[in-house]
Amino acid sequence: MIQRTLLAAILLCVLALPGLTADRFIILQSTTSTANSGLLDEILPKFTAASGITVRVVAVGTGQALKNARNGDGDVLLVHATTAEQAFVADGSGVARHDVMFNDFVVVGPADDPAAIAGSADVLDALRRIAAATAPFASRGDDSGTHKKELSLWASAGIDPVAHSGAWYRETGSGMGATLNTAVGMAAYALTDRATWIAFANKADFKIVSQGDKRLFNQYGVILVNPARHPHIKADDGQAFIDWLLSAPGQAAIAAFRKNGQQLFFPNAGRP
Amino acid sequence: MQEALEALGLAGRLIVSMDGDVLEIVALSLQVSLTAVAVSCLIGLPLGALLAMTRFRGRNVLIVLNNALMGLPPVVVGLAIYLAISRAGPFGVFGLLYTPTAMIIAQTVLVLPIVTALARQTIEDLNAEYDDYLRSLGLGIGGRLRTLLWDGRTGLITAAIAGMGRAIAEVGAVIIVGGNIDHVTRVMTTAIALETSKGELALAMALGIILMAISLALNAATHALRGDAMRRMYA
Repeated sequence: MIQRTLLAAILLCVLALPGLTADRFIILQSTTSTANSGLLDEILPKFTAASGITVRVVAVGTGQALKNARNGDGDVLLVHATTAEQAFVADGSGVARHDVMFNDFVVVGPADDPAAIAGSADVLDALRRIAAATAPFASRGDDSGTHKKELSLWASAGIDPVAHSGAWYRETGSGMGATLNTAVGMAAYALTDRATWIAFANKADFKIVSQGDKRLFNQYGVILVNPARHPHIKADDGQAFIDWLLSAPGQAAIAAFRKNGQQLFFPNAGRP
Repeated sequence: MQEALEALGLAGRLIVSMDGDVLEIVALSLQVSLTAVAVSCLIGLPLGALLAMTRFRGRNVLIVLNNALMGLPPVVVGLAIYLAISRAGPFGVFGLLYTPTAMIIAQTVLVLPIVTALARQTIEDLNAEYDDYLRSLGLGIGGRLRTLLWDGRTGLITAAIAGMGRAIAEVGAVIIVGGNIDHVTRVMTTAIALETSKGELALAMALGIILMAISLALNAATHALRGDAMRRMYA
């Protein structure tokens, strides 16, 4: 009796599972900033309306997204670590890389600004002052695009923060939002992309303390995962998404996205 | 405090308004976890009973192993299943990654050891009491197993409840193999993780309150069922 009831329950559950094979979809391996800021929620329905293709978004750090895509667990990659993306194409994992849009990184910190960097336009100078003051700094520490950028900035500033890991330099090993939550919790500085920062809801007394340095430029690129390496990749539908993203309507949709009245991403497809 | 009150209010509003997205997430959570628990019971209850009723070399090793597996970290299970069903993995051809089926598999791996261990415990006590009697009736191993499982059903429900508690609450495994895809593999716990990472702490907590309310309702329902069964048993 119990077993028959259980069997019936299982059958019901399995039959009720969403019809996964019915609709036409692609899997997009993307970074947390594009998903958490709300950009993808805004533009993907427009693509679906135009093409009939649904986009399933897996939002993880750029490092994990590249790894997943390398395993063939995604049709299209939308991330922000140009050097790693070029390597991804060069080793045959991806077909081609295209610029899609950009925004910039900012350094955020507590209102009392213990390292006195507020208003600094030279990000390297700001980082040096944080290190000199041994003020807490929360790093992603997760091999994401933002983490790679942060490490390259520290290297340019001539500082090895990892030597101070656990002291004033704190690697959270988490996504952007989780790292911002941690930074706010322990009054630490952090590097974040502007889109995530503007959309972030738990800012407390935090504000942007350094911005505007051209080193803080943040380029997003899109890549079709190589169907020659993974035969199940939906190359046609994936390419259709990339073409749309780079087309006038796709670029306009990106430019039209606003959060709290501010534009978060600036389309720049096809420009050198 | 402000945040907690806001969360309570928000939870109330979400429940009252029957928000479509929230309903979908709740439904998928229940579907995935209930299926995982049902599969675990189908395998784990007879397995636990067999472990309780038989004596063989290596039995103690199996029991210790079974008990140890109850403490499997969900994130490790998620990672192992990911490696197995990734397109680059041995079962990649089935295309299971980022589907509810993958989530059910992961949660079954987590729940099965719990159901098996608790079933073994329950049936072991019953077996000590009734084994001679059942044998004297000339019942074979299959007949004894069925009888003991039926007689131990109230204790076995506790095993299922413990398994359900583990399944519905875990986030580490389903976020890796499900991918937290909106409208496809987003469940209560992954939605809570997402809202937390967006800094929407009140909304995340509101979802947490709903999750706890569902858990409470499920437990109340099984408790009532069990009370009913007990009364009929001793009537």
